[in-house]
Amino acid sequence: MSSSTTPALPPVLPPVEAIPPEMRFVETDLVRTKLKRQKIAKAVFGTMSVAMILPLLLIIGYLVERAWPSLSLEFLIDVPRAGMKEGGIWPALIGTIYLVFISLAVSAPIGIMAAIYLNEYAKDNWFNRIINLAVINLAGVPSIVHALFGLGAFVYAANLGYSIISASLTLAIMTLPVIIASTREALASVPMSFREACWNVGATRWQTIKAIVLPNSISGILTGVILQVSRAAGETAPIMFTGVVFYKAVERGTLLPYYLNEQCMALSMHLYTLSTQVPDVKESLPFATAVVLLASVLMVNASAIALRVYLRSRKKW
Amino acid sequence: MSDSAKKRVEVQDLRLSYGDKEVIHGISFDIRDREIFGIIGPAQSGKTSLLRCLNRTVEFTASARMSGLVKVDGEDIMKVKDVYSLRRKIGMVAPLPVGLPLSIYDNVAFAPRCSGITNKSELDAVVEKCLRQAALWDEVKDRLDSLGTKLSGGQQQRLTIARALSHQPEILCLDEFSIAIDPVTTMRIEEVLKELRKEITIILVTNLTQQARRLADRTMFLWNGEIVELDRNEVIFSDKPANRKTYEYVNGIFG
Repeated sequence: MSSSTTPALPPVLPPVEAIPPEMRFVETDLVRTKLKRQKIAKAVFGTMSVAMILPLLLIIGYLVERAWPSLSLEFLIDVPRAGMKEGGIWPALIGTIYLVFISLAVSAPIGIMAAIYLNEYAKDNWFNRIINLAVINLAGVPSIVHALFGLGAFVYAANLGYSIISASLTLAIMTLPVIIASTREALASVPMSFREACWNVGATRWQTIKAIVLPNSISGILTGVILQVSRAAGETAPIMFTGVVFYKAVERGTLLPYYLNEQCMALSMHLYTLSTQVPDVKESLPFATAVVLLASVLMVNASAIALRVYLRSRKKW
Repeated sequence: MSDSAKKRVEVQDLRLSYGDKEVIHGISFDIRDREIFGIIGPAQSGKTSLLRCLNRTVEFTASARMSGLVKVDGEDIMKVKDVYSLRRKIGMVAPLPVGLPLSIYDNVAFAPRCSGITNKSELDAVVEKCLRQAALWDEVKDRLDSLGTKLSGGQQQRLTIARALSHQPEILCLDEFSIAIDPVTTMRIEEVLKELRKEITIILVTNLTQQARRLADRTMFLWNGEIVELDRNEVIFSDKPANRKTYEYVNGIFG
């Protein structure tokens, strides 16, 4: 288009009063294009979310179908038999519960307290910025590196040996930065104006945290901690290096089969063993183990969601 | 009010900067006992920062640097050992009402509890007295257990005032308390302030010059962190204040 031609003006519409009421909405090309694009966008995004759920459902369906012959209560509480080719998963199940609970019993209090310090007390100086950076980077360290750290620090340097306690502490180190990050996020979601209102009436920081900040962020804090249960339960590398064994003889169905200074079995490791190390294993056995691992993780996540819904219903602003 | 009245607050050459940016450039003034001291000025003139200096909550902003001398009741606030008792001495009402996510009762009882009062009857008395002073008692006396955050905006602002009174302050600072509430509630609170001034000193920061005119004894006009004029209301709101700028600002013919 040359510069001398005048640009096309938009078509002049007649005054509204001149149009009969039932005809006043005119579907122009622009309107049609907008509506079409709107439909396309909705379809694309909708497809993506379905495409995300579908594989998950397929995986679960496939796993359950393959595992079906072995799934029973007996499978849960029986010990592996005949060179792990038959029997159940009790020692691995109880071992995973041990590891997860001990690791979170260590990392949750430390992580929550550290997050409270970082979010509520720490001034913005170079020292605290380095701590922040360290926390963020720790959260991104691969689990195999945590495994090596745990091996060096807990098994050898602290002389705890290959044991449940070493493995739990390694898992604790691994979950700690994520707990700190999620707790900080929960704390930061409490509006600053609440804190200022408390400070203005002469409350100390701790009085403010106790009365206002913690009660209103506890749902987010707990959710963050519970989500780490599934992460700790699923990891193999950190515990394999520090205290989990292929096989350990325990009594069927017993609740406290392990001492903390002993090695134990764990679900994730057991699954790895069954699928790669045991020849001629009954086909449904590894699938059943996977189903138990998946189901326990989903159950924990569901409880986190339920807790969050419950606590949110009591939210006060 | 005579000039020899007791000085509640003395400010000498107060400077405040956030990082490299100085927002209050060395101002000096006094606030006398039991007066309503109005502070007017446009946005960014340092009004809120000034209040935050008085009770040292400005320290919660990491980049803030404060210099000069501020005395509250003759005591240098930078040297007080217990900053929390300084803050209790100064009641602070923020521009937007902040109902804490607690019950109405706990909102008002929070400050007394923080200073160690646990006796139930004593707390009851404080809560009732402060809610009455803030003209809120009649509306909430039957539902003290319900949440403070569920009150309407105007009620929450009065709750905020009740909370600011709950630690028996000798100075009450109101920072543009009326910007989020309706004119009727504003008038009710203004009536409350007229009652309160018999007992305590009030610092009234406001965007509404007419509000300062109605309520204050003396008014200070702040502009870009400097005092343009500080005088009795009869002068500030007269046809001939000392500074032409004051006249223009007060009468809305600025710029």
